[in-house]
Amino acid sequence: MTTVTTANESATPQEHEHHGPEKGIKRWLYTTNHKDIGSLYLWFAFIMFLTGGAMAMVIRAELFQPGLQIVEPHFFNQMTTVHGLIMVFGAVMPAFTGLANWMIPMMIGAPDMALPRMNNLSFWILPFAFAILLASLFVEGGGPAFGWTFYAPLSTTYSGDSTALFVFSVHIMGISSIMGAINVIVTIWNMRAPGMTWMKMPLFVWTWFITAFLLIAVMPVLAGAVTMVLTDKFFGTSFFDAAGGGDPVMFQHIFWFFGHPEVYIMILPAFGIISTIVPTFSRKKLFGYASMVYATASIALLSFVVWAHHMFTTGMPVYAELFFMYCTMLISVPTGVKVFNWVATMWKGAISYEVPMMFSVAFIILFTFGGFSGLMLAITPVDFQYHDTYFVVAHFHYVLVTGAIFSLIAATYYWLPKWTGVMYDIGLAKAHFWCSLISVNVLFFPMHFVGLAGMPRRIPDYSVQFADWNQIISLGGFAFGLSQFIFLALLIKACRKQGEPVDAKVWDGAEGLEWEVESPAPYHTFTKPPKID
Amino acid sequence: MVKHYKFLAALALLLANSVKAASSGESPSTYNLTKGVTDISQQVYDLHMTIFYICVVIGIVVFGVMLYAMVFHRKSRGVKAANFHESLKVEVAWTIIPFIILIGMAIPATSTLLDMEDASEADLTIVVTGSQWKWHYRYLEHDVEFYSLLSTPVEQIQNKWIKGDDYLLEVDKPLVIPTDRKVRFLMTSDDVIHSWWVPDFAVKKDANPGFINEAWTKVNEPGIYRGQCAELCGKDHGFMPVVVTALEPAKFDAWLQKEIEAKKAAAAEEARLLAMNMSFDSLMKEGEKVYGAYCAACHQANGAGLPGVFPGLVGSAITTGDVKEHIDIVVNGKKGTAMQAFAKQLTLAQIAAVVTYERNAWGMNSGDSVQPKDIYQFINNSGE
Repeated sequence: MTTVTTANESATPQEHEHHGPEKGIKRWLYTTNHKDIGSLYLWFAFIMFLTGGAMAMVIRAELFQPGLQIVEPHFFNQMTTVHGLIMVFGAVMPAFTGLANWMIPMMIGAPDMALPRMNNLSFWILPFAFAILLASLFVEGGGPAFGWTFYAPLSTTYSGDSTALFVFSVHIMGISSIMGAINVIVTIWNMRAPGMTWMKMPLFVWTWFITAFLLIAVMPVLAGAVTMVLTDKFFGTSFFDAAGGGDPVMFQHIFWFFGHPEVYIMILPAFGIISTIVPTFSRKKLFGYASMVYATASIALLSFVVWAHHMFTTGMPVYAELFFMYCTMLISVPTGVKVFNWVATMWKGAISYEVPMMFSVAFIILFTFGGFSGLMLAITPVDFQYHDTYFVVAHFHYVLVTGAIFSLIAATYYWLPKWTGVMYDIGLAKAHFWCSLISVNVLFFPMHFVGLAGMPRRIPDYSVQFADWNQIISLGGFAFGLSQFIFLALLIKACRKQGEPVDAKVWDGAEGLEWEVESPAPYHTFTKPPKID
Repeated sequence: MVKHYKFLAALALLLANSVKAASSGESPSTYNLTKGVTDISQQVYDLHMTIFYICVVIGIVVFGVMLYAMVFHRKSRGVKAANFHESLKVEVAWTIIPFIILIGMAIPATSTLLDMEDASEADLTIVVTGSQWKWHYRYLEHDVEFYSLLSTPVEQIQNKWIKGDDYLLEVDKPLVIPTDRKVRFLMTSDDVIHSWWVPDFAVKKDANPGFINEAWTKVNEPGIYRGQCAELCGKDHGFMPVVVTALEPAKFDAWLQKEIEAKKAAAAEEARLLAMNMSFDSLMKEGEKVYGAYCAACHQANGAGLPGVFPGLVGSAITTGDVKEHIDIVVNGKKGTAMQAFAKQLTLAQIAAVVTYERNAWGMNSGDSVQPKDIYQFINNSGE
């Protein structure tokens, strides 16, 4: 052990000389550095967030009034489909992978990710996946128009030829996610600094570790689903066609066996972020660290036995409906534990409201809103009324936008000074927070109302009774979309290093190895493992 | 802090609105679930409100504690952070208590669900078939069946005319059911998955191609009840309403009798048409009407189709080629595509008219005129 350490020490200075970043575009194309790849992932995710957001603006513009104004129904369906695919696979998931790349090695005291070349590959195939998906919008017959859930036979017999492009692009996204997940697991398993025992790992590392297992378990299921869609459509198989002995509902079982764990893939790392930020600004240790780890693991396990709650109206046997209702309700227990732990962490702390904390507090409240509507949706007899209405749209946007996206924004405001070495423009950050907070609620809260009043989702036109709320929703949507340009301006400023230089420990209450290295974090960190405790 | 006031205000508003809705009851709410007109829909509404209030109470407690900490445990007030970071008692308590609340919620939910899924001993059975983008209703025990199509004029959708009160929620021929009798629905589909939904009955069930689902209702009050297709089913998913008229049992029986007689009369009319020739003009006039109602959704009003999705008809091989093939594709559809078999949807005269129209409209002027008897011959010969 000692010899290894000495060897590392003598090697370190030269390594810095030789392994500095290359110049120009080659730095980004060939990079195997976890920080560079993290930045690539984060910028890619942000660009996709704006792209998917632009599609949401088309949707909200069409729904501003009843009647068909701006787009045709067929194009409208392409917008809802591609908006969903881009936000899930292009924005939220790559953004979390970007954070994992940047932060996990620094948090566990590792010099880099365990598999750096695969890391490069897993990022660089993503732009191709989305180029294919976006290009499919321009082929004859248009892009995928069957919803991001691509239920058969709408996606098979009744879809356009661009389905082949859709399938190929989802395959590439899946391969990228699986490689990213393998890298996270191998890194965490093997490269923790001496003394960094499992139960000392920061919660962000824990939640990502569990998420990575979920990814490896379910992405192949998605790959199977799209492959069966491909062969049903183009090669005459009948997996989902009753006329050939198949079953269209079987598609939904397969899809949601992927899709429900996918939901937790997008929220567990968010739990890790909030569990990191809340203690920092409460200046108090996280309440119930161990129970947080167990709660995360139980949510992950339960996520495999609740998939059919997306399918209550498909005509399952009543005892299956009861099973999935009970299991789904059960998930609220570990999720509740997490919320209670965050509140208990704040209790008797010494709280201050820096921007990351503002977003975290908003996350706790608004994510819990999504949790409440989730609990309501779990109740099967009532779900028959909620299912496929705007109530569901409200629910999953509360957990994904004010949940996952808010946590990503909070994380950015928390670690950005560490990445750039300067404090960002706090005035802009606060403007971004208040504009986003107000507009996001104007956007999504009334969706509960129109949903309960009976407005189905995925429709380009609606009856006049829903007109008032839809107008308000659209205005909220435009405001939320515009608010993100404040964020863009702030990010550009920060990346150009405009701002006060910051110390290694940016936040006085922060704990963790990432705050031991200088700001901005040097190109190589922890080439010599740190000592823990 | 402001966030919290906003949240509490929103909750209070929601609460006030629900109470108001619960007390006034009458006009359809624009912000809450309907109570509906069946015992089941009332039970579902009560479950919905119970769960909502439970969530409100939990929210007030949890966010109340959080709000207190946010205000009074601020660093700027000079407080020092405490040191505790675990407590087995508290953690066990907040695991057990939610569990008990959940059991309390699961019991009424289970009993309602068991009621909803028991479609046995029905007085009347109706087969509901979805197809892109209309509903077909067949009274299983009686010789009555018909299609139900959106009747909102396209000019209203294109914002040329003022929209009516029932915009997009109106059909040419609604489903008619009796009140006070248990009506069983058997759901299926001809093409993609649809979902038949009437909020006032609390019935929403998917119509899966190749499979049959079951649901039931027993309506307490006569009236007109409106719903929509709830499962994305392609381009015109938003234009596929469900309208149900509930009549008192005696009136329903009379209606049913009238339908059976009307069907006989229509058969006689069809036989009469077979013996004579319709004029070219009347074929074109009828054809344009049928085309607009059944074909234009895909092939478009100008016959151009949507390239890559729905083929155009202007100058196409079908509309300029052999008449037999043209009749064949309209009568039997095209397997593996969205082109439906219209034999059971349209009368012989309607098929003759629409084929004539498609061969002469949009400047094609082939001069072909197809008669109901041609269709009759085609169907009967191809059957052999």
